[in-house]
Amino acid sequence: MNVGVIVFPGSNCDHDAYHVARHVFGLRARFVWHKETALSDLDLVIVPGGFSYGDYLRAGAVARFSPIMERVVAFAEAGGLVLGICNGFQVLCESGLLPGALLRNASLRFACKWVHLRVENADTPFTNQLQPGQVLRIPIAHGEGNYFASEETLDMLEANRRVAFRYAAADGTLNAASNPNGSLHAIAGIINAQGNVLGMMPHPERCAESILGGTDGAHIFRSLMAHAAHRLAAGHI
Amino acid sequence: MPATQPPVVDEALALEHGLTSEEYDRITQQLGRTPTYTELGIYSVMWSEHCSYKNSIAVLKTLPREGRALLVGAGEENAGLVDIGDGLAVAFKIESHNHPSAVEPYQGAATGVGGIHRDIFTMGARPVCALNSLRFGSLANPRVRYLFDGVVRGIGDYGNSFGVPTVAGEVYFDPAYEGNPLVNAMSVGVVKVGCVASATAKGVGNRVYIVGSATGRDGIHGATFASEELSEESEARRPSVQVGDPFTEKLLLEATLEALSAEVVAGIQDMGAAGLTCSSCEMSAKGGVGMTLYLDKVPVREAEMSAYEIMLSESQERMLVNCAPGCEKDLEAIFAKWDLHAVAIGIVTGDGRVKVHHKGAMVADVPAAHLVLGGGAPVYQREAQRPAYLDTAQTFAVPADLAPYEVAAALEHLLASPNIASKRWVFEQYDTMVRTGTVLGPGQSDAALVRIKGSRKALAVKTDCNARYVYLDPRRGGQIAVAEAARNVVCAGGAPLAITNCLNFGNPYKPEVFWTFKEAVGGMGEACRALGTPVTGGNVSFYNESPDGAVFPTPTIGMLGLVDDLEAHGTASAFQDEGDVVFLLTPEAWDHRVAARELGGTEFLAHNHGITAGRAPHMELTEETAVQHAMLRLIRFSLVRSAHDVSDGGLAVCLAEKALLSDGLGAAIALDVADPFRLDALFFGEAQSRIVFTAQEVDSDAVYRALQGIRVRAQKIGTVAAGRLQIKVNGSTVIERSNQALHHIYDQAITRQMGSA
Repeated sequence: MNVGVIVFPGSNCDHDAYHVARHVFGLRARFVWHKETALSDLDLVIVPGGFSYGDYLRAGAVARFSPIMERVVAFAEAGGLVLGICNGFQVLCESGLLPGALLRNASLRFACKWVHLRVENADTPFTNQLQPGQVLRIPIAHGEGNYFASEETLDMLEANRRVAFRYAAADGTLNAASNPNGSLHAIAGIINAQGNVLGMMPHPERCAESILGGTDGAHIFRSLMAHAAHRLAAGHI
Repeated sequence: MPATQPPVVDEALALEHGLTSEEYDRITQQLGRTPTYTELGIYSVMWSEHCSYKNSIAVLKTLPREGRALLVGAGEENAGLVDIGDGLAVAFKIESHNHPSAVEPYQGAATGVGGIHRDIFTMGARPVCALNSLRFGSLANPRVRYLFDGVVRGIGDYGNSFGVPTVAGEVYFDPAYEGNPLVNAMSVGVVKVGCVASATAKGVGNRVYIVGSATGRDGIHGATFASEELSEESEARRPSVQVGDPFTEKLLLEATLEALSAEVVAGIQDMGAAGLTCSSCEMSAKGGVGMTLYLDKVPVREAEMSAYEIMLSESQERMLVNCAPGCEKDLEAIFAKWDLHAVAIGIVTGDGRVKVHHKGAMVADVPAAHLVLGGGAPVYQREAQRPAYLDTAQTFAVPADLAPYEVAAALEHLLASPNIASKRWVFEQYDTMVRTGTVLGPGQSDAALVRIKGSRKALAVKTDCNARYVYLDPRRGGQIAVAEAARNVVCAGGAPLAITNCLNFGNPYKPEVFWTFKEAVGGMGEACRALGTPVTGGNVSFYNESPDGAVFPTPTIGMLGLVDDLEAHGTASAFQDEGDVVFLLTPEAWDHRVAARELGGTEFLAHNHGITAGRAPHMELTEETAVQHAMLRLIRFSLVRSAHDVSDGGLAVCLAEKALLSDGLGAAIALDVADPFRLDALFFGEAQSRIVFTAQEVDSDAVYRALQGIRVRAQKIGTVAAGRLQIKVNGSTVIERSNQALHHIYDQAITRQMGSA
């Protein structure tokens, strides 16, 4: 599987995503500078965490106008896999690849800590190695992760099983205390209608090695690898 | 502020600039004429305390600055440099941003973080983690809560965006800091040996570039502001505080490292205090060359800036680069890639003078060497006198001992002290994990562990200073600051290598302040020699006084250690497994009675009795060295499941923290103590050189064997158990509390005052 990690000038989790793809899972990986425009060699594009262009205005609001995001949109529309993590999720929402928006955390403070996610849809390229209802322990680190969308959009997301992850307690139950940022429907990650684009606020690349205190993030990378292997076996290249 | 005719320079104007009459005389003598207004500005910032260290350097030179791992000595470059093997070196430094943070906490703290990171990456090192050390007045004061909130947000927003994890630190609250908070920021970076950049100008004829942000009027005279006491008028200094832009700093980091690896840079220095003035003078003096600058070429963000303003601006996120010959186009292309300015503003010359041209006239012509520390900058030996307060503070009416039934409530009260309570409210606002190097972060181990990817090694880093000890006993307090920082690194599994320090004191012209400074530095030096951790550099911050008086003398230590084998030796603070044996490691000649006879300087005395008095707690450096040696040996023999030193709050708080930081584990502890002893001192005394560690039952004998020949003692004091902390003394239960009950107190104390995180 060929992985490209987008590098905006203010990306700061780009090296972390690259490290996991390349050194933990042995995938072919390269950085894609924001002024580049060629993605055709890639199977998976990761839009990493950070502060794309400083994000003083609104997270991701400037990134959507960058040359590379035009290409990422086209790549996704052609069926390519896109994983947006943290700032990457914000950029995907701003770019229109995913609905809704990420507002400031309800606490109005940045929050970096381990949280629990409940897997809502295990039938996606990003979650096929997980079970519905399974609970993952995974870090968050954001000031603007409070998922917001209109009631109609939320209904549509729920009806089409497009919520991939929800913030939950360690036992999988949903409650206000387990929602770290005030997200509506406790949404931590959603997919697009075709299922080839996932945006999530938590950081799977921060928990893919046991030395870092948890490996639940590795399931997402393994799911992507399984998906790619399956496609290869089915004759897609 | 449009450019007008510059003011007439005379002695009165020099005094207004913070120079003394004698200093002004030295300047006119050296120049052979009256300085221009721009020259006066240059001298005043270069000879400010902040840049010249004129009142501290003679004392600082008594610190040990040699060590086999040191690649760059103290003061030679922007930060110290320590060899960690595998062809890698670590650059690290701590610096204060106290005065800016006192008037504008958010930007003051943010630019403190930005400034210290620039010191690290200007050497070619990529910052891998940040630490800090903070002091505030009482949280009951709304102004203090405003400062605390602003400082934490400022540190968080800058570091989180810049993309370097904030992995460790300390926060203390005491009325002594009410009008003058302390904000010390530390950065740690890694660089390949042989790829280290130097802040030296060289090569006559080489181009000099200003890179990064445009220059504005912000921060003019920041260095001078840092060199005077805070007063009612300090609020008017708000324009002296710079504004931070972490996004631009991120661009500057990447562009700088790219330019260095492309070998297009002959020398480079960041612009911090005194901006273009300091960087041009220091680079020239160090290279034994001169520099001619053309200020009309400097990209400015405000119209009509005068030469004086451009030379003294402390606008952030800028560097001065001495371009390698013939590499101008490559240098410009690299900075253009990152959308940053890179503009040639001058040239290296051979005459040793910094000449400044502006609007067709030469506005300054000064000898670089005459301006800098180690050159012509003044060096003073200030008068020192033992402060009278020590006599009264060291003796006090000892309160009645606790009755056994009062001890548990006293522990609960102490756990609610903001100095003891969980700092989760603080560190959850920092990105502690970005770069995926943080193996054990805040609240997980006594020092943070940051892995070096591609090797088995990790850095162990910590900041420490119990300033109450230094206030009560400057020499021993200085020793303890170093010893405790090293002990923390050892408890995490690291071998202490070297320190950086940030010396926060009052006005050095007050003999009592200067005496405590000399004593504290003397104590630090003794501890550094005993522990084999040389001083690689740091920062002195004097004038930490408000109208209410000076802060506690606060020599913050930033300790760097190295873990050889992270997987095997990285050690957490908290209890790990039920059934593990709890050991207390102490000096050989020690029994509980040593702790149980003294309460001086303790958090218990301060928080539970409202008394700041006594001597600093017991510590002998030979004992301390033995304990640290023993702990490291046990860890390296893979016998240790967890380790946490006994510090603020004493043995009871140490045990409670081991429980509260764990995943629901407590302990059953039994202490046997011969009469006479004080119960409060046994539980809450802060005698140093003690570590509580746990080991598997089967390893107990191996623990004793490993310690043979070291003058220490390991006593079994209990067993790790589920969910409760029980402590018996001579067979009677004195403390019995569930983790849940203690959590409620420990976790909520700061959050309750600051609002939810």
